[in-house]
Amino acid sequence: MTTVVADASTAGPTRAERLRLLIQPVLVLVVGAAVVFWAFDRDLTATQQENINAANVSQLIWQHLLITIAVTVIVLLVGVPLGVLVTRPGVNRLRPFVVGAANVGQAAPAIGLLVLLFLLTAKTGFWIGVLPIALYSLLPVLSSTILGLTEVDRALIDAGNGQGMSRGSLLLRVELPLAVPYILAGLRTSLVLAVGTATLSFLVNAGGLGILIDTGYKLQDDVTLILGSVLAVCLALLVDWFGGLAEFFLAPKGLR
Amino acid sequence: MTIQSAKSGPTGVRIQLDHVSKVYPGSTQPAVDDVSLEIPAGEIVVFVGPSGCGKTTTMRMINRLSEPTSGKILIGDKDALSIKPTELRRSIGYSIQQAGLFPHMTIRHNVGLVPGLLKWDRKKIDARVDELLDLVGLDPGQYADRYPRQLSGGQQQRVGVARALAADPPVLLMDEPFGAVDPITRSSLQDELLRLQTELGKTIVFVTHDFGEAVKLGDRIAVLGQKSAVLQYDTPQAILANPADDTVAGFVGTGASLRQLGLMRVKDVELRPHPSVHVDDDVDTARNALAGSEFDWAVVLDSRDRPVSWIRANRLAHARDVASVAEPLDVVSTQSTLEDALEAILAESHASAVVAGPGSRYVGVVTLETLIEAVTTARADAGAKPTGHGAP
Repeated sequence: MTTVVADASTAGPTRAERLRLLIQPVLVLVVGAAVVFWAFDRDLTATQQENINAANVSQLIWQHLLITIAVTVIVLLVGVPLGVLVTRPGVNRLRPFVVGAANVGQAAPAIGLLVLLFLLTAKTGFWIGVLPIALYSLLPVLSSTILGLTEVDRALIDAGNGQGMSRGSLLLRVELPLAVPYILAGLRTSLVLAVGTATLSFLVNAGGLGILIDTGYKLQDDVTLILGSVLAVCLALLVDWFGGLAEFFLAPKGLR
Repeated sequence: MTIQSAKSGPTGVRIQLDHVSKVYPGSTQPAVDDVSLEIPAGEIVVFVGPSGCGKTTTMRMINRLSEPTSGKILIGDKDALSIKPTELRRSIGYSIQQAGLFPHMTIRHNVGLVPGLLKWDRKKIDARVDELLDLVGLDPGQYADRYPRQLSGGQQQRVGVARALAADPPVLLMDEPFGAVDPITRSSLQDELLRLQTELGKTIVFVTHDFGEAVKLGDRIAVLGQKSAVLQYDTPQAILANPADDTVAGFVGTGASLRQLGLMRVKDVELRPHPSVHVDDDVDTARNALAGSEFDWAVVLDSRDRPVSWIRANRLAHARDVASVAEPLDVVSTQSTLEDALEAILAESHASAVVAGPGSRYVGVVTLETLIEAVTTARADAGAKPTGHGAP
């Protein structure tokens, strides 16, 4: 079995990739623990203590994660079905428009999207933060779904049709499973985009580690600034690691 | 739909193509132009022709992977165009080049796919998968839970055939199924298919561009030209002996006579008698047996009249007993092809193929003259009867 895994060149992770999957979480934990220890272990002013305390920091991390999770769910729920739709015969004329829209979403600065939605709705809060980030992170999942589905060997579709599979079961049992490695790769990119952009969501009062960075910057308080930035970086690496794990374990077995 | 594999007689049904044409959208020329063919129940019919002649399209119209533009297709007594495509296809086995197995499914799931679509219960599917893997020569315990990637090309192709047979369909469509494997594997897969077919008696439509494969597998061959025009539709023997026109002759190519020898069996020709002695006969008896004949060598038989070796007359002169001067012998059986016999003739310095009949007993020899006669007769027979064009 091990040789089979190592030999797989198309879908399985490479050696370097697997090594990275081992080292990355360790690095994140070490750096994260170090910065937390460094920040909490000094004489903090009263203003600093308002931001740097266990309850506040863990709440901000939690908010940041919630935004990321919400974005992931939205991106999957929108990106995959949309990718499926525009690869169906007859509907694929819509493909340039859909991909174009997603391209615009990614090309536009995330901060612009956030502010625009705020101006349009005149509201703030969790969803006003989540929706623009979801639009911003949609493209990788959408385009990898399209790629994954178009890469499915025509002979396999022919074999499925020839055996009397309906279009629905062909999609669910053959096309999508074979596209899973591509979709997961796209999702990993989307996740990293989402967790990075979530630092901007404080602008519309949706919380996240951006608050620490913003406060630190405005008060010229390096400790708060550094704590916020390093934690955001660690979170991004951690999320990326989860994406890598998903690619490793969720890809269909027979493909590696 | 019962689980069976040893039913006697054909389980296949007749297929009729009636003035079938196919024009692809956006094309002015038809890909298949007014083809009529009758494929008898339980036979292997091979569509053979150059690439792009429309033979695959013609086959794909039978299970409606390609919809005919006009014409009628009957499978058994049913109009294929009146059955829902997915249902029609579940009742027709389909096997393609490089097997087309789903790489993310185990062998068990690949083979059990169509029974699953037909809503068989789990236990019945599992039993059927085991039975089929056995049938195509793969040990279920060893292979059922592997993924296609872990099998060789030949093994994958066997699984492809097992999958096509899964729901015991009366009809099998095979599109160059052995095109992507090496020649040795291909030959053994072909033998395997012929063995299966004697057990199963399906109606098989087989597409290939390899005329040798067509001759080996086909009960009948349809030689197709441009737009799938039927140039000749007949038995391999008849096509080899008497190609309908120059195009067919060109496709048959050189070596037609050799191929014909591959189709005829030793039992179909008249064997020549040849002197024989027993291995425990004394030398004088042996000398007398040869002296009374026109030959300078004799077949040596064992106590149960089985040919085991041969002796030359000139070596017998100084011998103490028969066994000490006997030389080893390759024997062909009455079931062997004349091609095998030719091989034996060329290999032996006495220029004959010694034939063993029922019970491996000696029945006579085949010589070069026998072979020449056989080919000449076959050609004359084929020339005498009108060549089948279209329906036989």
